[in-house]
Amino acid sequence: MQIFEYNGSAVVAMVGKNCFAIASDRRLGVQLQTIATDFQRISKIHDRVFIGLSGLATDVQTLYQRLVFRHKLYQLREERDMKPETFASLVSAILYEKRFGPYLCQPVIAGLGDDDKPFICTMDSIGAKELAKDFVVSGTASESLYGACEAMYKPDMEAEELFETISQALLSSVDRDCLSGWGGHVYIVTPTEIKERILKGRMD
Amino acid sequence: MSQSAVDVPPKGGFSFDLCKRNDMLTQKGLKAPSFLKTGTTIVGLIFKDGVILGADTRATEGPIVADKNCEKIHYMAPNIYCCGAGTAADTEAVTDMVSSQLRLHRYQTGRDSRVITALTLLKKHLFSYQGHVSAALVLGGVDITGPHLHTIYPHGSTDTLPFATMGSGSLAAMSVFEAKYKEGLTRDEGIKLVAEAICSGIFNDLGSGSNVDICVITKGNKEYLRNYMEPNPRTYVSSKGYSFTKKTEVLLTKITPLLERVEITEVGEAMEE
Repeated sequence: MQIFEYNGSAVVAMVGKNCFAIASDRRLGVQLQTIATDFQRISKIHDRVFIGLSGLATDVQTLYQRLVFRHKLYQLREERDMKPETFASLVSAILYEKRFGPYLCQPVIAGLGDDDKPFICTMDSIGAKELAKDFVVSGTASESLYGACEAMYKPDMEAEELFETISQALLSSVDRDCLSGWGGHVYIVTPTEIKERILKGRMD
Repeated sequence: MSQSAVDVPPKGGFSFDLCKRNDMLTQKGLKAPSFLKTGTTIVGLIFKDGVILGADTRATEGPIVADKNCEKIHYMAPNIYCCGAGTAADTEAVTDMVSSQLRLHRYQTGRDSRVITALTLLKKHLFSYQGHVSAALVLGGVDITGPHLHTIYPHGSTDTLPFATMGSGSLAAMSVFEAKYKEGLTRDEGIKLVAEAICSGIFNDLGSGSNVDICVITKGNKEYLRNYMEPNPRTYVSSKGYSFTKKTEVLLTKITPLLERVEITEVGEAMEE
């Protein structure tokens, strides 16, 4: 059994026109038994930066707490929020520090940078940053997600169309993965608002 | 978390706290995760006026292509660049670290960095981790003593060569170099040969793919030709795209309006003398 398949997860982020979307599934399992259907995988770091963590759930929560701590320290010292590129470098450094005994999770970071330019990136469990201009995926359903996003993605989509695209990509992919699913959680972030939506999916 | 492991910015280096837990999980039968590798074809050659480095742009995670257009030619100094193959996190971290060390060294000495300095810093680091930091590098640059090209293996051994290839596609690329390399190539001949060698890796090696990146370094000048060649464009792109007639069913919507970012310019009185 692969360690990433212990809890099951699916996270995807996509870039739109001056906005971004980040979505995850909601299942938390212990191998083949589902123990929660409302697990929060995507967390807000500040109004314009979100991080979705897939992988072992305990490391997801620990890593999130460490990152929030470091960001709060940064806010106290610098009196401003972290840019998404800076935050990505911070996560990469924290993960690489544990190179030989890593956190067993893969983050997906999405944010709005200066001039409301959307930024997304993902990393493997030791912090190798992978920047993308279109979409990034992570989790047990990642192979299906790669296929679905590759086919459904179009550049420069507006917020509503982006929501529809990312939801369809997520739900189609988790339908083909036993370990993730049970609905979806989608955040669409534009410069003026954050729209959080919970999707109805197959509950199996 | 234990009380002693307070998360203030650490003194540097690796931390091994989670090793015991990860070993326990492995013993219970859970396999460790696979890291992002850069399957790769990286090459370098010395031509008449300097050094040309080339790399493909595919990053793999097992058999899946994780990144179709990643950057494998890393900046070390204004006159030195380094291509990396192996575990992506290791190549990025090691080249970033040595690049910072070179910068500090430049400030201390007041001189341009030499390629051999970068070489020694890299090999010392890699040897001290006995090959566990899995980074195979092709280092090239032009300094005051002339153009130099080196290869560095994950265990810390190095070679100094007129042309070099590394990575899973190195055999494909080396065959091109061995057939066509000669001393005193011009810039255009050199670029053409490097592009041919990388293409040979892209088409024949499954771990390499996508586009060709080239970096030309000469005395006092460098040119980073990102995506110099794109021999694998998307062949069929549907003009209509996807349209979803059946909308996704939404259970709950929560809208949080964001405050407008206000620029505050301080209007105050001048300090009293």
